Amino acid sequence: MAELKRFDGPSGPRPQKAFSPRNIMLYGTLIMVSLYYLLPLYVMVVTSLKGMPEIRLGNIFAPPMEVTFEPWVKAWSEACTGLTCEGLSRGFWNSVRITVPSVLISIAIASVNGYALANWRFKGADVFFTILIFGAFIPYQVMLYPIVIMLRELGLYGSLTGLVMVHTIFGMPILTLLFRNYFSALPEELFKAARVDGAKFWGIYFRVMLPMSLPIFVVAMILQVTGIWNDFLFGVVYSRPEHYPMTVQLNNIVNSVQGIKEYNVNMAATILTGLVPLTIYFVSGKLFVRGIASGAVKG
Amino acid sequence: MTTQKHSVEIKGLDLSFGHVKVLKDLSLEIGKNEFLVLLGSSGCGKSTLLNCIAGLLEVSAGQIFINGENVTWAEPSDRGIGMVFQSYALYPQMTVEGNLSFGLKNQKLPKAEIKERVARAADILQIEPLLKRKPGALSGGQRQRVAIGRALVRDVDVFLFDEPLSNLDAKLRADLRIELKLLHNRLKNTMIYVTHDQVEAMTLADRIAIMKGGLIEQLDSPANIYHRPVNKYVAGFIGSPAMNFLEGKLESGVFQFGEHRIDMQGYEFCNTQHSGGTTFGIRPEHILTGDAVTEGVFSTDVEVEVVDPLGSDTLVLAELCGAKIWIRLDGEGAVQQGDKLTIGLRPEKASLFSHDSELRV
Repeated sequence: MAELKRFDGPSGPRPQKAFSPRNIMLYGTLIMVSLYYLLPLYVMVVTSLKGMPEIRLGNIFAPPMEVTFEPWVKAWSEACTGLTCEGLSRGFWNSVRITVPSVLISIAIASVNGYALANWRFKGADVFFTILIFGAFIPYQVMLYPIVIMLRELGLYGSLTGLVMVHTIFGMPILTLLFRNYFSALPEELFKAARVDGAKFWGIYFRVMLPMSLPIFVVAMILQVTGIWNDFLFGVVYSRPEHYPMTVQLNNIVNSVQGIKEYNVNMAATILTGLVPLTIYFVSGKLFVRGIASGAVKG
Repeated sequence: MTTQKHSVEIKGLDLSFGHVKVLKDLSLEIGKNEFLVLLGSSGCGKSTLLNCIAGLLEVSAGQIFINGENVTWAEPSDRGIGMVFQSYALYPQMTVEGNLSFGLKNQKLPKAEIKERVARAADILQIEPLLKRKPGALSGGQRQRVAIGRALVRDVDVFLFDEPLSNLDAKLRADLRIELKLLHNRLKNTMIYVTHDQVEAMTLADRIAIMKGGLIEQLDSPANIYHRPVNKYVAGFIGSPAMNFLEGKLESGVFQFGEHRIDMQGYEFCNTQHSGGTTFGIRPEHILTGDAVTEGVFSTDVEVEVVDPLGSDTLVLAELCGAKIWIRLDGEGAVQQGDKLTIGLRPEKASLFSHDSELRV
């Protein structure tokens, strides 16, 4: 019999098999799902870089034989929508002018709402909150026409201001819920301490609560920017053609019935339209993680 | 009208959350420079009472006076109080200096004075090296010092502590407890201190208020609370291990339980009329053993069931007429499970409680 050494038998970390059934299932599924999502994107990108003759060959998965940026330029500045032929550029700037104020105003109001509902409990706060949340469940279609009348009476119908107002109001329920829950989760004693220290409503909001709330502001911003940028319904209903947001213009380019279908231009236009939300995800996603990791939410 | 004698005065305070009455017609007077501890199990309303004094909860009825001024409707910051919370509640995005000066900036004090007060508080609490750090970079004990400092800089007469040491480990808790006591000796402020830790209460307090169900059961010095509890609840709540209770009856000055009779000669009766169902309470350290048994009026033999050696002393669990009793022995005596122990009782160290009212007899 061999003498038993100190390190005989299992010792240290248990060895991991790279190709265990569990790993194969897990990564197999992940790869399949990724392909499912990435393949259309790949087709869009390669098609937008091809000339029309090459597209007519019909090999949609083949990489471009001759890379051309012509379709991108055309989509941005020359593509025709109805009578005008100035591409998506105008729609882009319209969307910016709609999205930026809508996001800023809705987040500003909703964060104060959420803060008041979480910390300054007033009589009827619960009823108010319930009504507000109920608003999140009412389908947009129900309110479409009443809002047309409302905006008409206010003299805002068709203007950018009107559209910004609509976006702000419709963002309110979900954003208020978001902020209220976040502020409720912050330690209550912090709020009490600030009150003993003599800070008032706005003092506590700006000096104590706001500096702790970067993560939730980033979440709210992602939600609002993508939501408002991608909005089609309100854009098409509440604005005039010269104020159409990018999404509506994209639709008009892609669905125009005159002439030949320029798939490469359509693909480029679609990617251009989706670029903003995509950028927001990439940039702020990092910020979001950093916000949590830096201990911003530790009490 | 109220006199300046009291630092904090509470009159007929009621507080309800919906239908639940948390505080019931509570009145309390706290003298200048007094260290009062509100002690009770969780849910007894002690923290609620403190929050009412601080003005963080609106009272349902009653009045609160601080330094002779009716502050029932005043904002927390206008009441002349400083408060320290269990979870420290430091502003995480501000440096220690920012935390200390936040309240003073809100009062719009001149910069020089803010600086001076922060420096003084930092000096008292020895946190000068930490002033530029953020709370996240501090240990628990350091954070609680900063939290105390935040109350200190306000230069107020009344300090409120809401279980300030509960989040710290045992060693640190003991250290900070001593520091709090020294701080009180030095500052001579009025301090109201909420805790569920009876050691903190006994060591810190000038007076302890034992609370239960929104009422104050007993308000007295630590010694009186320990040695002369007014009712059975207080007797059982204070002391670890708890006071031993023997159920029996009292007849013409003699307590009877099982086949035993104890002549209560020497016991200070509050109510000489009482007779009938009675609980005999005796603290573990007041049970006589060894040679001292002869000093008592009663002796019997018990069998040791459990031995808890604590080092400084040894606790023994035994059975006496169906009741489990704890006996505190010298830490050096060698006792083992199964040993026979002769014990004696002295009536003057005991507490008698009526069965009906549970009040001291």
